[in-house]
Amino acid sequence: MKTHQFEAIVVGAGGAGLMAALYATKGGAKTAVISKLYPTRSHTGTAQGGIGAALGNLDEDNPLWHAFDTVKGGDYLADQNAAKVLAENAIDAVIELEHMGLPFDRTDEGKISQRRFGGHTSNFGEKPVRRACHAADRTGHMILQTLYQQCIKHNVTFYDEFHVVDMIMNNGKFAGVIALELGTGEFHVFHAKAALFATGGWGRVWNVTSNAHSLTGDGAAVVYRRGIPLQDMEFYQFHPTGIYKMGILITEGVRGEGGVLINGRGERFMEKYAPKIKDLASRDVVSRAIYLEIREGRGVKGKDYVYLDVTPQTVNRYLAEAGESRRIDAETIEKKLPDILDFCRTYLGVDPVKEPMPIQPTAHYAMGGIPTNVDAEVVIDENWTVLPGLYAAGEVACVSCHGANRLGTNSLVDLVVFGRRGGMAMADYVKRADYAPLPASPTAEIEGEMNRIRAGKGKTRPVELRKIMQQVMMDHVSVFREAKGMQQALDTVRELKARYQTDLTIDDKGFQFNTDLLEAWELGALLDMAETTAVSALNRKESRGAHSREDAKERDDVSWMVHTLVSRPAGTPPYPQGSPELQLNTKKKVDLSLAEQDARFVPKVRTY
Amino acid sequence: MDVTFRIRRFNPEVPGKNKPYWQEFVLKDVDPTDRVLELLHRIKWEQDGTLTLRRACAHGVCGSDAMRINGVNRLACKVLAKDVGERIQIEPILGLPVLKDLVVDMEPFFAHYRSVMPYFINDTAVPADGRERRQTQEDREKFDDTTKCILCACCTTSCPSFWANGEYVGPAAIVQAHRFIFDTRDEGSKERLGILAEPNGVWRCRTIFNCTPACPRDIQVTRAIGEVKLAIQRGSREGVISEGVGPIAVSNS
Repeated sequence: MKTHQFEAIVVGAGGAGLMAALYATKGGAKTAVISKLYPTRSHTGTAQGGIGAALGNLDEDNPLWHAFDTVKGGDYLADQNAAKVLAENAIDAVIELEHMGLPFDRTDEGKISQRRFGGHTSNFGEKPVRRACHAADRTGHMILQTLYQQCIKHNVTFYDEFHVVDMIMNNGKFAGVIALELGTGEFHVFHAKAALFATGGWGRVWNVTSNAHSLTGDGAAVVYRRGIPLQDMEFYQFHPTGIYKMGILITEGVRGEGGVLINGRGERFMEKYAPKIKDLASRDVVSRAIYLEIREGRGVKGKDYVYLDVTPQTVNRYLAEAGESRRIDAETIEKKLPDILDFCRTYLGVDPVKEPMPIQPTAHYAMGGIPTNVDAEVVIDENWTVLPGLYAAGEVACVSCHGANRLGTNSLVDLVVFGRRGGMAMADYVKRADYAPLPASPTAEIEGEMNRIRAGKGKTRPVELRKIMQQVMMDHVSVFREAKGMQQALDTVRELKARYQTDLTIDDKGFQFNTDLLEAWELGALLDMAETTAVSALNRKESRGAHSREDAKERDDVSWMVHTLVSRPAGTPPYPQGSPELQLNTKKKVDLSLAEQDARFVPKVRTY
Repeated sequence: MDVTFRIRRFNPEVPGKNKPYWQEFVLKDVDPTDRVLELLHRIKWEQDGTLTLRRACAHGVCGSDAMRINGVNRLACKVLAKDVGERIQIEPILGLPVLKDLVVDMEPFFAHYRSVMPYFINDTAVPADGRERRQTQEDREKFDDTTKCILCACCTTSCPSFWANGEYVGPAAIVQAHRFIFDTRDEGSKERLGILAEPNGVWRCRTIFNCTPACPRDIQVTRAIGEVKLAIQRGSREGVISEGVGPIAVSNS
């Protein structure tokens, strides 16, 4: 075991982590970034379509409109103060990225180019607006590369391929984190005044997902196992357009450029579900529409997929119908969506310039996560009580600026805005805080768990449990939900947890690069994510945003304008036997501060 | 279809396996459109959990799973079974120390990357209105190709000059430098050209062209290196990249 001391630790090296690390370092804090991957492998790099900011480079725009779209898109569960910060800081954050060298596409005037995206409108829902700032369909790649480059420039300290597996608390005070060095299998204690978790989401809970294999919720699990609640876990976004069966993301930017969804009868079905902005409705709305079309037998060839059509022929026909003068051609598509074309040509043998793409909704983004305030400080109860020294930002966090459903482009905004605010807040905090002392043998519990998995003499390979979990969560806790199915999913997940605890076996008994061991440990995190998701979803007896119940179809603003906090009973050890009954707290009210001043922000029925 | 894998194995911790050796695995019911990465996962998850490799995004964007597949550097997640046949040979990429099975030490690769100042340099004040620096679409286009690099190391570890001399910065580092050298907003190109003019810079490139077909992002790597060489010779980036020149035709198969 090795021990290190840093004032500030950042866990995870995607967009939020790198932004936080830059600002903590610039703010004078002795900072280290710990990541289980090389930073450039982080999932931020796969974000495609754009980052939203009301720059107004092509259409008139206003951050208040962006905040409104975010609140409405979130089905009014977003904390309005957070949505306001997100939209206002977005402008400055995007300009800062450009100043860091990010190669945005350009307008004719040489400004940052912008495109349309789902749910983004001008003047409080009037019509689609060009707000998504883009670099072809690889905007996330450019953000990740640019931030990593800046970290190199500013000599940020990295521990690459160090997997954070536990958080150290001492008498209720944050004291550091524990990481396992992949190359050696050795445990490292990072004694710290503060840490910011930026470890991303947990799409691997479901069997069709856009998420990397690495997105197993392990960062969230580490924090949760040390007694911190998770917030709004029932809100998990299914992106409407994943490549059929594979789940690989096809950006909403395709529809932003004019692409349309077509059912098995050749109909543009979004006209029915969102008459005003059609295919550019928010993601929860579009995913449900696709499921409904499929359920009513209008999938393509009677199967469970529909088409996304961006062929110039189709797009131009609908543009003409809509009375728009704009037309597209093959060259424009090649230029604006090169990676999408590459994915479809490589994996499907389909050329989107000539034929439509088969798509289905794919598990994409966690709106819920570790609860924080707008400075990325972790808050542990309904009274917004801060746990000093602990921070979270990006997908793993729940500010909540996304509410019940995140708008496209807002994840990238979230990372840079709240990553930066978190980095600044940490730099400030460590100046006035002391190190909490390390407890005796801080690694005992995690070493015990790792040794248990490594030495497991059971009959069950991790893959068996993972597959069952992914299928049952896909079947019962995905786009449409009802009590019976969710209960069945929860029972199954708990059975899997029992087998995980008692009947596991892995092949690799070694220490160096033991990915067999770490994948098994990650499965434990996934099971915690699945359980907290199902428990939270069962408890919320209404439909809102991405949480759509067939046995409670209406939104209920009287009872449910509240966040869900789910936690283990106080005093539960990090690796308990069985599945202790989880505690639910629904006393945390949604922030409605904008609605108090402006009637347009008062919750109302959501139509697009 | 059935597929036979022949995989180069190495495990420093296990006596008998601590020298490189070959091992065969047979997979049944392989769909021709399965990605090689999925098949390696099937081996790892169903047959031998000790098989060790890096991977993350599984669709060719994160750059984790570069390996030699039937003798050619590819990303395992971007190759389909039907494209490589019923016998698939898998080895770690060459020129970097093997740590375990398909996992190589990436540190020398990233050290070369860091050596070329791979970050934006512009110390001139930002526009007075606080907004973005302007750039024309034509100027943006000049370095578009090299912005695509995902640092997977397919190019560098396919380069015989790099195999022969690990001190050579290698194609990936040059690609990364190119992205800034030809960005009209950047002010560090002179310094970078100086670094690349040194003995282990661009002149180690013998235009062998392995790098270009190895690139999973279809970056015209050899051409980018050529443009850097030309800029060094002229002492300036000006006029090196002319507009409207199409890609050099290089088959990727």
